[in-house]
Amino acid sequence: MLLEINHVTKDYANHRALDDVSIQIPKGKIFGLLGPNGAGKTSLIRIINQITAPDSGQILFNGEALGPQHISQIGYLPEERGLYKKMKIGDQMLYLAQLKGLSKKEALHRIHDWCERLDISSWLDKKIEDLSKGMQQKVQFVATVIHQPQLIILDEPFSGFDPVNANIIKEQILRLNKEGATIIFSTHRMETVEELCDNIALINRSKKILDGSVQAIKKEYRNQTYKLEYTATEDNFLLSNDALFEVITSTRVEKTYITTIQLNSNIHINDVLMHFVPQIQLNQLIEIVPSMADIFIQKVTQVSPKANDHA
Amino acid sequence: MHKILLIIQREYLSRVKKKSFIVMTFAVPLFFFALYAGMFYLTKKSFKDAHTEVFVIDEQGEFAGKLQSNKNVSYTVSKLDLKAQKKQLTESEGKQSILYIPKDILSSQKAELITSGKTSFVTQEIIGGQLEEIIREKEYKAKGIDLQIIQSIKPKVAIDAKEITADGEEKNSNTAIAMGLGVALAILVYLSLFLYGAQVMRGIIEEKSNRIIEVIISSVKPFQLMMGKIVGIGMVGLTQFVMWLLLTGGLFITATLLFVNPQDMQEVAASQPAAGNMGTVSKAIGQGGSASILASIQSFNFTEVIIFFFLFFIAGYLLYSAIFAAAGSAVDNETEANQFSMPITMPLLLTYILSFGVIINDPNGPIATWLSFIPFTSPIAMLVRIPFGVPMWQILTSLTLLILTFLLITWVAARIYRVGILIYGKKASLKEIIKWFNYKN
Repeated sequence: MLLEINHVTKDYANHRALDDVSIQIPKGKIFGLLGPNGAGKTSLIRIINQITAPDSGQILFNGEALGPQHISQIGYLPEERGLYKKMKIGDQMLYLAQLKGLSKKEALHRIHDWCERLDISSWLDKKIEDLSKGMQQKVQFVATVIHQPQLIILDEPFSGFDPVNANIIKEQILRLNKEGATIIFSTHRMETVEELCDNIALINRSKKILDGSVQAIKKEYRNQTYKLEYTATEDNFLLSNDALFEVITSTRVEKTYITTIQLNSNIHINDVLMHFVPQIQLNQLIEIVPSMADIFIQKVTQVSPKANDHA
Repeated sequence: MHKILLIIQREYLSRVKKKSFIVMTFAVPLFFFALYAGMFYLTKKSFKDAHTEVFVIDEQGEFAGKLQSNKNVSYTVSKLDLKAQKKQLTESEGKQSILYIPKDILSSQKAELITSGKTSFVTQEIIGGQLEEIIREKEYKAKGIDLQIIQSIKPKVAIDAKEITADGEEKNSNTAIAMGLGVALAILVYLSLFLYGAQVMRGIIEEKSNRIIEVIISSVKPFQLMMGKIVGIGMVGLTQFVMWLLLTGGLFITATLLFVNPQDMQEVAASQPAAGNMGTVSKAIGQGGSASILASIQSFNFTEVIIFFFLFFIAGYLLYSAIFAAAGSAVDNETEANQFSMPITMPLLLTYILSFGVIINDPNGPIATWLSFIPFTSPIAMLVRIPFGVPMWQILTSLTLLILTFLLITWVAARIYRVGILIYGKKASLKEIIKWFNYKN
């Protein structure tokens, strides 16, 4: 484990931002930190960055208690981006890199490398205020990772990028991950999570309500739903058997049917097939696995009413 | 420690490299120099322009022969009567005057000076003086006083005002110079505390509204960032002062050596009291005569004033900039910040206003003394008093109090700052700010 968050609680004057949150972040993985607005993600990220301290609980970085010596091992891209408007890009990157503990020589060397890689060398003498928003984001991304941290925390990293640049940044993130960096994504974009994350944790109303590998979670949230595409041999065929399943949707184009069914408990899809195969010619059978977005919505709305009662 | 140096370096360099800083650094000494040179030039010019040709119409009869032409005024006895002379005057070009001496001048003690255009003050003084002298001689003669005896008695007393200090040491005291210096120091400290304190606040608001703050404090402690900014900007201020001191001094010395011949200098210095409209302070200095001014300026302990100026400026700046820093962290934009800068600078403004009246007129009175001990007002009040001479124990006590307060305030400000910089979109009331102060880490 690169980062172990154990029973962390954080109170602010009027509310509890984090309530007994425990999360394990494995080394070298891409980790998704999910949750609706105001759930406590930013509080947790600030604690990991040592901007604030938890009221109780413990955080281990590579097995050691998290402390000032780890600051240079973490890179943080906040959701609200910002750099000094009147400072030249090159100076700015150098300053931020040096604050993270790089020597001037080493910092200049890495700035050079990154600028070549992202094709932004010609900007070095420009001021931030003269760049477009997308360009500023690129600069900020470089400033986040220039000190080669073991842990990179990215809060909504793709917002503000056009698809081309978003892709460039994604490639760089994957490259850094391949080189050994552990990455935490804090995001609302479930497609990003499905595409990139190995593991996730879902925080809602200051509590962790779900965590694990994306695959395992999706497996767990399967609900026996299948989509069948078939051609019926008879004219007025109806796919129906209350003992085995329930039909959710069904459409028909001439003799081709597309039907979604949810199996009753203890029924296997094979049972259904055995039953109907004599009457239909099966073209396609897909298990409908819930998307992370579905799981997210399901989990968050499930908890909400209860929490509302408390409030 | 290395990180705080990086912050100081950035804050310092980013400001010192600005065009506005460079312009200010050179413009202010140039401005003062130009002001001084302008005054010098104008005084000298008015001195030269003062040459007037005066036609004398002497109805009394004894005066015209006794008036003596000099480099300012040349007299010609008029052959015309007043009416014809006046007509000629209106037709002539150049600067001419008619001095009309009525028959009864001895009893009325009045004469008329008619000029095409304005009569210069210098000319009036000279003619008036000569007329007075002629009348005086005449009276002496009438009363049987021997003129030669009178002329041989020429007493000249120079009052050498000295101040005796507690340890019995005597030194020249010149209240006028102390007043001038006191006012200058009050203006300088007030403006710079305001200017640089507000820069600290603006810098913090910039970082907060830019949202770069979160990136930086994931690398350094908020306290390091705050102190780095305060120290960096303070050094900008000190740099500016030192540059001003050096540039102004350098300009005056080179200019004096290169362009001004000593004779001109003396002429101008001598004419200064007569020139009149130069403000109370310089007039007061002028009355002492140029030699004694020089003496009292030389006797003045400028080293002490400069050393304490820097000490009180630094301590006062640290105190106020810490308060400005806390205020800056509590707001989201500069408009909101304005509601804070007013109450913060209130004690400064009050002392500033008082220093022109109460403190300068009664530098050792109770109000001045109290204000120079209270840490929030002492940076100005004490500096205004120092040129008048303040016992060392008072200066050191005041400075110690100021430094202790600055340490306390910085501690408080840092606690507010670390929370404030992370809070957006919340209107910071005093109650809210007290809550921030009480937050655990």
